[in-house]
Amino acid sequence: MAKKIKISINGVSVEIDQDTTILDAARQTGVIIPTLCYHKDLCVAGNCRVCIVEIMGQKRLTAACATPCEEGMDILTNSLKVRNSRKHIIELLLSEHNADCTRCYKNGNCELQKLASEYKIMTQDFIRLVPFKNYTIDQFSPSIIKDDSKCIRCQRCVRTCAELQGVNALTVAHKGDQMKITTFFEKAMNDVVCTNCGQCINHCPTGALVEKNYIEEVWDAIADKTKHVIVQTAPAVRVGLGEELGFGPGVRVTGKMVAALKRLGFDAVMDTDFTADLTIMEEGTELLTRLKRKMVDHDPDVKFPMATSCSPGWIKYIEHMYPDYLDHLSTCKSPQQMFGALAKTYYAKARNLDPETIVSVSIMPCTAKKFEANRPEMHDSGYRDVDYVLTTRELAIMIKQAGIDFMRLDDVHYDRLMGESTGAGVIFGATGGVMEAALRTAYELVTGRDVPFDNLNITPVRGMEGVKEATVKIENPLKEWAFLEGVELKCAVAHGLVNAHKVMESIRSGESNYQFIEFMACPGGCLGGGGQPIPTNPEIRRKRAEAIYAEDEGMPLRKSHQNPEIIKIYKDFLDHPLSEKSHHLLHTHYSPRDRF
Amino acid sequence: MITKDEVCKVHAMTEEEKYALLKNVINDYDRKESNLIQILHMAQAIFGYLPVEVQHYIADQMELSVSKVNSVLTFYSFFSTQPKGKYTVSICLGTACYVRGGREVLNKLKDVLGIDVGVTTDDKMFSLSVMRCIGACGLAPAMTVNSKVYKQVNPNKIHRILGMLK
Repeated sequence: MAKKIKISINGVSVEIDQDTTILDAARQTGVIIPTLCYHKDLCVAGNCRVCIVEIMGQKRLTAACATPCEEGMDILTNSLKVRNSRKHIIELLLSEHNADCTRCYKNGNCELQKLASEYKIMTQDFIRLVPFKNYTIDQFSPSIIKDDSKCIRCQRCVRTCAELQGVNALTVAHKGDQMKITTFFEKAMNDVVCTNCGQCINHCPTGALVEKNYIEEVWDAIADKTKHVIVQTAPAVRVGLGEELGFGPGVRVTGKMVAALKRLGFDAVMDTDFTADLTIMEEGTELLTRLKRKMVDHDPDVKFPMATSCSPGWIKYIEHMYPDYLDHLSTCKSPQQMFGALAKTYYAKARNLDPETIVSVSIMPCTAKKFEANRPEMHDSGYRDVDYVLTTRELAIMIKQAGIDFMRLDDVHYDRLMGESTGAGVIFGATGGVMEAALRTAYELVTGRDVPFDNLNITPVRGMEGVKEATVKIENPLKEWAFLEGVELKCAVAHGLVNAHKVMESIRSGESNYQFIEFMACPGGCLGGGGQPIPTNPEIRRKRAEAIYAEDEGMPLRKSHQNPEIIKIYKDFLDHPLSEKSHHLLHTHYSPRDRF
Repeated sequence: MITKDEVCKVHAMTEEEKYALLKNVINDYDRKESNLIQILHMAQAIFGYLPVEVQHYIADQMELSVSKVNSVLTFYSFFSTQPKGKYTVSICLGTACYVRGGREVLNKLKDVLGIDVGVTTDDKMFSLSVMRCIGACGLAPAMTVNSKVYKQVNPNKIHRILGMLK
């Protein structure tokens, strides 16, 4: 138990744990102190000064986020001095901010706008500095737009890029009034180590970092009668979308989302979960094939541990940082790209459509998916496999634009052919989900029995721990897998690239001996992705994860190989996992990139 | 530790030898992030300035992100990412030098050299920079050329000082 101390906040005596910051102490007692540079995911910076409070007996005002409480402190959060100073601070921030709010993409979800509104900043006492500064807008990346004129230099993005992701694409350069948030040598985001994960977007309080949106392009495609527009929805979207449309965090809106997509005018609404199941078939088989090559054929070229390849942020990270480990990646494309490749081949054939007329759209919790869809590797259908990628946020915007009363929609099912999924596909949206789904199927393929965990729930790989480990011992395998008898499959799960870095370093140093590792670029996995509703914080990620696992438990089928549409696609089109056709359409290889 | 002699010899060194020397410096400083400023300082002494390639090299050797290296060196006005001329002319604009006419001296320098602050003349002879207080307030306004300090300069002295250099 932490030692308790007594303090007073706005004249009310309270007892709190020692070492609590004034900000947290106030929140615990129901007093809200406004913040900008503070974020629950990040270390304290104390640079925006919006959270200043008055401590009686001290001459200067103090930043509440960066000051621990002390015994007997008498704190005022709303004295005349505090109010006037805070108002000045907000005015000063606004004097350097391009406050063209009605034309801003973040209009309505901007923390600075909200503060200005609360404090009713109606006058302009400071010179507007925006016209005097030579701000740049970086629009070269297919995923992220960086507009320096909106930046308030709170450095949440810099801390995100360093602390959560360990990528350090964004940094602070110069000082004083020249200080700005930029990349190395002020290059475009597209030309540096940026993984397009979009966590900077999720943590930016203003519109300085936003996704590149493709809303108008999709509306145009829907309006074009010569086009057949199909859409896929990623697992994590269904547990996030509700937050943008009036629900609290952690509410599953799968059926309403499908209904809304139909009303928007998409010709077919199908599920990325289907290709998540397909990924398990391919990747699980690939893992077992690699094990066989190593243990039976003693092939020296086979690489272990095998790493998952679903997360495009992780892919770009390994291309930059560990290019010598690219052979460890599963050759499977991500579920989004598998879906895209099949949409213009398998789906086109089954529906008797000219692939040329198909526009394939995906709804993703992710900004890196926009970059992924744009990769030259992703044209195996003979066309661009995925034409437009929208984030969860962009879909919410379209639903609002279309005047759909989302709350009142009745649940609708996905369309057939590539719309059926299992619980295994759903949990791809949470950290550990790909691992769990893969183990459910691989174990059964090898032994003919269920994976030995209560109700198929492989709990060691769940939860928000940065690096998780699990060991599955294979006993009494089927005859063809006899060589795996007694083998302990050592698995690891890492989410957030800073944790991916830890695992990769332990592999490089030789201290770990995993066979299979799941890597996700974003904290919490896709449910905490850079395209998910803002805010995203530890509490909200936890609720979204609960929703994902509840969705899994509620599914009649929970193992990828049981999915009837998966069985059908192998029967009608792909023959078997790792067939020549699946190699052509569903697998790929990546190339090294510079570390700088 | 790298000696003053070695720094004096860098002009005659090949690029390869310069990088080898820089590697020694980084090793001497134990590759510690906390020594980054000193390492950048020495690197600038060796190369004359800190081009992109040198920043890459330092980041790579020290296992830092290159943006971190860039962030530190852009913070300090001593570091330059542009090649410096044979002579770096710096005028102090700290409070004392400023009120004693530093600004007029700077304008005269810009005029005579035909360049702005932070720029090098086309003949690679002169670079112009501004400092904020070098602790020589008693000599205000103070100016330095490379490491030599000139005291109580005024616009009329500029021609003579620069003329002596050429």
